[in-house]
Amino acid sequence: MLPTPGLPSFDYIQPASPADVTKMLLKHDGDARLFMGGTDVFVRMRDGFITPKFLIDVKRLPGMTAIKFTKRAGLTIGAGASMNAIARHPAVVEHYPILAQAIDSVASYQLRTRATMGGNLCNASPAADTAPAAIVLGANLVLYGRRGERVVPAEKFFLAPGKTALKPGEFLLRIEISPLPKGAVGKYMKLGRNAHGDLAIVGVAVLGYPDKRAKSGYAFRIALASVAPTPIRSPQAESVLMSSPITPEVIARAATAAMETAQPISDVRSSAEYRRAMVKTLTRRALEAVVDLMHGT
Amino acid sequence: MSQHSITLTVNGTTERATVPSNMTLLTMLREVLVLTGTKNGCAAGECGACTVLLNGEPVNSCMVLAVEADGAEIVTVEGLAHSAPDKAGEAGRGHTSPVTTGETGRGHTSPVTTGEDRWGLDAIQQAFVDLTGVQCGFCTPGMLISARALLDRNPHPSEAEIKDALRGNLCRCTGYTRIVEAVKQAA
Repeated sequence: MLPTPGLPSFDYIQPASPADVTKMLLKHDGDARLFMGGTDVFVRMRDGFITPKFLIDVKRLPGMTAIKFTKRAGLTIGAGASMNAIARHPAVVEHYPILAQAIDSVASYQLRTRATMGGNLCNASPAADTAPAAIVLGANLVLYGRRGERVVPAEKFFLAPGKTALKPGEFLLRIEISPLPKGAVGKYMKLGRNAHGDLAIVGVAVLGYPDKRAKSGYAFRIALASVAPTPIRSPQAESVLMSSPITPEVIARAATAAMETAQPISDVRSSAEYRRAMVKTLTRRALEAVVDLMHGT
Repeated sequence: MSQHSITLTVNGTTERATVPSNMTLLTMLREVLVLTGTKNGCAAGECGACTVLLNGEPVNSCMVLAVEADGAEIVTVEGLAHSAPDKAGEAGRGHTSPVTTGETGRGHTSPVTTGEDRWGLDAIQQAFVDLTGVQCGFCTPGMLISARALLDRNPHPSEAEIKDALRGNLCRCTGYTRIVEAVKQAA
């Protein structure tokens, strides 16, 4: 059957305020859905997986597409800011290049004109490319709901495939990323079935920075995509790197520890065994890249 | 289902339409405005055949609601040729227009006209013609729009940048080599 460009019936709503959105979500429990770029929602509607009666265009709310940066407060990304706008923002390019790397690995340029980081996080796909980057960057997610705003760290946001810490009536307003520790560098590495924007078989984000408290002199944050029910951090691998001087052997041990953190499934993109092996390989490569960058080579 | 009155600019012309919530920009362009150059391929944001410029940036028009395009400026493949007269003197944009054809130094001759370029093809269109960047032609409108958008934001892209910018445009004839060569020529 030829694909149809048509979508099932629904009412398009432009809310006037965050309170409006919450009211609608609570009133039409299950029948109202939010959308930003629509790049996930529309596909799932066409495929018949979801049939919302109301689609609420939250990116039209004031400030939802804003991207702001100050040296003191860091980066604030409106939940409706497009991926391209984020990846090309001068502050992201200069201070948070790992975020641009994660975004540029998503689908295609024209899709990223529409796709948003907010939507990518809220869909809570285990394979979401911006999720591991958000986790290693220590991003905070500012949610709006009945009681106003509350903040949830990205690391605690993902509960299960498609399930987040969002409560009924709540939605994501913005993503806040503090200034990084001095000398921090990051790397996102992704393996897909092709080199051109496929969903991740494995995604690995590594952030490293000088830390006097660590025996190795460096601290690392490592997060993995597509190898567990949610994007996850690998504290085991991180502690290997904290406790001894960074040598190729220690990097190899950390990569093995990351592999042991993963709990992958087999699916159409990869077997679980291959995923595990690739967590090890990509973690090693990302760590080598980060160490090289920190040493300025 | 609710209806929405929208006003938008398509290839420089102001258009008004009343559209249902679930109508995509792609459907509106093809079936309301009868601009059938934009193609419906996968309807899932994967193949790029429906790519158009929305406020200067390429989008998959199957993934945009018509109502969201209210107030927007759209350029489809039909708008590439002859889109240049007002920009004819603008340096660096690289359009081959009726006015500038003789001055580009490339000596393009349209395959249909003689002597002068009545079609006013954009430089990227002319390059696809010159280098046979077209086989069945179904992906071509999307390829042209993505390539035009790339050259607008990066007038001198490397081969890797060209391939990256076109990765959302699938050519099932697999004629990618000549397409990439054409973008290089137009750059």
